[in-house]
Amino acid sequence: MTRRRTTILFFIIGLVVAMLAGWIAVPAALYESIEQPLGFSHVVHTSDDTGMVCDDCHHLTSEGGFAGIPKIAVCEGCHAEAIGTSKDELRLVEEYVKPGREIPWLVYARQPDNAFFPHVRHTRLAKIPCEQCHGDHGKTETLRPLKRNRFTGYSRDIWGHDFSGITTSPPNSMKMSDCVDCHRKRGVRDSCLACHK
Amino acid sequence: MTKTTTQKRYGMVIDIDRCDGCGACMVACSLENNVSVVPPEAGLHRGLTWIRVYSITNEKEYPHSDTAYLPVSCQHCGNETPCVGVCPQSAVDVDPKNGIVSQIPERCMGCRYCMVACPYHARYFNWWDPVWPEGTEHLLNPGVTPRMRGVVEKCNFCHGRHHAAQERAASEGRSEIEPNEYQTACAEACPNGAITFGDLADKDSEVAKLAAGPESFQLLKTLGTGPKVYYLTQRSWVRDMAAKTPLPLDGQSND
Repeated sequence: MTRRRTTILFFIIGLVVAMLAGWIAVPAALYESIEQPLGFSHVVHTSDDTGMVCDDCHHLTSEGGFAGIPKIAVCEGCHAEAIGTSKDELRLVEEYVKPGREIPWLVYARQPDNAFFPHVRHTRLAKIPCEQCHGDHGKTETLRPLKRNRFTGYSRDIWGHDFSGITTSPPNSMKMSDCVDCHRKRGVRDSCLACHK
Repeated sequence: MTKTTTQKRYGMVIDIDRCDGCGACMVACSLENNVSVVPPEAGLHRGLTWIRVYSITNEKEYPHSDTAYLPVSCQHCGNETPCVGVCPQSAVDVDPKNGIVSQIPERCMGCRYCMVACPYHARYFNWWDPVWPEGTEHLLNPGVTPRMRGVVEKCNFCHGRHHAAQERAASEGRSEIEPNEYQTACAEACPNGAITFGDLADKDSEVAKLAAGPESFQLLKTLGTGPKVYYLTQRSWVRDMAAKTPLPLDGQSND
């Protein structure tokens, strides 16, 4: 009886160790953590004081392309002079706005080169809110570090943060299977070339 | 939320009597689609050209001799598409909405079975790492992914342009693109206007009218692959030869 108990105990210990290794140790080793070049609070920018929404900065071009992260000229619209005295604010003005240098932001949602994702078709035609894929990024106080895969260079946001895959609530990840799931749910019949270029 | 989209059948009509074999379509295609430059030892069989101009002759003595030029790209077969069935990787599919035959390099494992299956020699294999002459990298088209060594590539009717047209249409709130918003690079580049591209399913389109005309024929029609690229000629020997004979793979090609 004790022998059997010991066997079960060792099995459980082994299982826990394997789970910890698979879900925590391996991902931690696989992804390097890179800090953003500057602190930024989305909350401050989208608060009632400023009254700004996502596409005030992350807008679509007239050709339908997505401009992505705004250029420094957009920041300059308000931050030509420092607003407040925080360290990041002073750095923004001195290091980027005045010399006209672009901020080398790291993009969490950067897709592989062969993926074609027209934002305009999703936001304007299908009326999908930004949050469905990007999560509540607009409500974050600080910018989290980018987790970059050491081998592929892709962001962990693409693969998903939850390695167990149990979480079903969006936005867990931006994998191809997530795109396909949504397309199937909406009855969009597509070939490979619809999303690949 | 189900979207209904109009069924399209993109196709091309090439007027052989207008083609003088200049090769502008080949150059325009390579630039548009980031086709890499192969080393000189590639020779005749290992080059990369999504559209290739073949020359054929009636093999008669002067003054009865005659030459015709045949620009051949992927024929986008609409019936039993030969390359689709043989691919073990599902790297080839036919778009159910517009009939364009695709080739996904990331899925391709380079077995080249599709190249054997294709009766038109329209598929090309990357024998070398893709390179572009120094200084020309900035000419690469950001709308098309370059292919890597060891995969097959081919014409996809300038699908990058289809993407761009869709994006522009969506920015104006339209889910469908207008016929004049999407053209292939070869059709635009041809100085003689020999290539007409459009929607074959649209009976009023120029391409559908030309394809239905008496001078039109398809390459190797007897195989029953239902190509969506049609050819026009008034010369009966060209029509007979092109409809029955496989394309010359040796020496005859104009490259």
